[in-house]
Amino acid sequence: MSILVVKDLCTSFFTDAGEVKAVNGVSFTLEKGKVLGIVGESGSGKSVTAYSIMQILSPKGKIISGSVKLHSQELIGADENIIKDIRGNKISFIFQDPMTSLNPTFTIGYQLTEAILLHTDRSKKEAYNRAVEMLELVNVNEPKKRMKQYPYELSGGMRQRVMIAMALACEPDILIADEPTTALDVTIQAQILELMKKLQHDLGMSIIMITHDLGVVAQMCDEVLVMYAGSICERGTTSEIFYNPQHEYTKGLIRSIPSLSASESKLKPIPGTPIDLLNMPKGCAFSPRCDKAMKICLKEKPGEVIINGNHSSSCWMCIKNMHVSDEFSKENKFKGGDYSE
Amino acid sequence: MNKNRPLIEVKNLKKYFNISEGLLKSKTLKAVDDVTFDIIKGETLGLVGESGCGKTTVGRTILGLYKPTAGEIIYKGNPVRNESDFKNFRKKATMVFQDPYSSLNPRMTISDIVGEPLDIHKLYKNKKERDEKINELLWRVGLNTEHASRYAHEFSGGQRQRVGIARSLAVNPEFIVCDEAVSALDVSIQAQIINMFSELQQQLGLTYLFIAHDLLVVRHISNRIGVMYLGKLVELADADELYTRPLHPYTKSLISAIPVPDPKIAASNKRIVLSGDIPSPLNTPKGCPFHTRCPYVIEQCSESAPQFKEISSGHFVACHRTDKIN
Repeated sequence: MSILVVKDLCTSFFTDAGEVKAVNGVSFTLEKGKVLGIVGESGSGKSVTAYSIMQILSPKGKIISGSVKLHSQELIGADENIIKDIRGNKISFIFQDPMTSLNPTFTIGYQLTEAILLHTDRSKKEAYNRAVEMLELVNVNEPKKRMKQYPYELSGGMRQRVMIAMALACEPDILIADEPTTALDVTIQAQILELMKKLQHDLGMSIIMITHDLGVVAQMCDEVLVMYAGSICERGTTSEIFYNPQHEYTKGLIRSIPSLSASESKLKPIPGTPIDLLNMPKGCAFSPRCDKAMKICLKEKPGEVIINGNHSSSCWMCIKNMHVSDEFSKENKFKGGDYSE
Repeated sequence: MNKNRPLIEVKNLKKYFNISEGLLKSKTLKAVDDVTFDIIKGETLGLVGESGCGKTTVGRTILGLYKPTAGEIIYKGNPVRNESDFKNFRKKATMVFQDPYSSLNPRMTISDIVGEPLDIHKLYKNKKERDEKINELLWRVGLNTEHASRYAHEFSGGQRQRVGIARSLAVNPEFIVCDEAVSALDVSIQAQIINMFSELQQQLGLTYLFIAHDLLVVRHISNRIGVMYLGKLVELADADELYTRPLHPYTKSLISAIPVPDPKIAASNKRIVLSGDIPSPLNTPKGCPFHTRCPYVIEQCSESAPQFKEISSGHFVACHRTDKIN
């Protein structure tokens, strides 16, 4: 059952230097009880996609078009009161930086009960009990003592646990986690990912996991969207993306990571520099860095082609291979790769 | 590798900071506490550990950016002690910083940033020679002459890091401390810079101390790796040895916690998830620093600190229970 449907979402930032199309026609569906990963590098539009769903963009950002439906209720253009009721209640958000996303002037207890009091009919006493219960759930030791403490008294991992407790206090249907473990050390990251996985399983919620770390994706996600320059370039189940990547960017991304087993002498980076969103190329956004780029890649944007099941890719190479296989033989469909100009 | 003469020897290095807690009261933060290791010419020594473990302080103290509380740094057999020793040492030893945004002066052109070490150490005869040197340095890191007159803000993160590397190469060093030099970069760019570090090492015969928290990156680039925890070196071994046969329980958990970018391995991986947080370095536990989180802790661990000793050739570890748990 799909609980969130995003269609043709376009978000732009209007800066002094011009319009930056941060998200450019993104569509996806989030299924109940699933973890959807959004991966990409800085500036790929993964966070802006999430901010657009929650409608928490900075003043310069604007949703240009598209639709976001939660349980078939349209959120884009909906009344601000409806959105307020959804934020932190139906859809919750965990931010990257646990150091800055808690208010330093209020106690943990105040900040935790605030969300509960706002969204439920609980009394102050009940809200307090619920908050303590949530801290226990996220394995914070001595929860009653923590309720009285201020954020600076807690470690980074502990603060991120508090953020998770806060996000889950109202039992949301969807949790959006924007780089939740990027600021944390690797042993603490392991604790937090383990915790998120357990809670997701126990509470049956859906998670949108935004990350640049393919290791986190491999560990956490059921399905993956790979984003580049504001668009989804490839999507599929986690194993399809890792073991059968079709888009040249996805392949390059996977090749760029040093492997744990063999210490090969050289990495294979993606050449070139990240895209300048103010100066987008005409054709495929990745074409300036793609070593398999053909003439058509520079002229026209590729459409999305289905590789198999729900694995699809927006790459001219895939489209070309599809045609070649139609003309010659159906078996060659996925071989691909050597048709470059 | 032990046969080779070390380029740099770090002996019983300690760096304590005094943290004032109001009037007249102060506490000692033991950022680096009795660390000993060698760096052999032409190798890359990786230094890993979590935030606050003292790995950055080690790098900075070696270069004399902090005055060591105790211990010695020996460069090619000669101890580096006072200010003038360090100034000479820094003609041969430089640093690449983590943040390519804050480590380049926004008011200086790229040629002035790269040329500054040349100015300080007076490494040219005339302006023409200076320009030639700058152009050669830019070329080395994959930038070109046209970039020289621009400012840092005109560049992407990866390009800025190239500028930082060109600056560190300006004095023609033998040794470079890379402090989280690729952590701020996107993976596709990170791979470019890592490859560049390896190429420069081959071309110029450089020796690196590569400080990082990303265990996949460190494994890729290092010949040997040291693991730090709360200011102490807990394990040191060849890179392959450390990843396939870690001996210290902290190293074991660190390596098992690496998010491996492969769903099948990730699913079958048995993670040793440590409970609790790293204790504050202001209040380090007595005995073994890791005993508060160690799954194999016994009474002895909280009483006396284990010695850092060589278990097998080139493999050092500081743990009372090495024989029992492996």
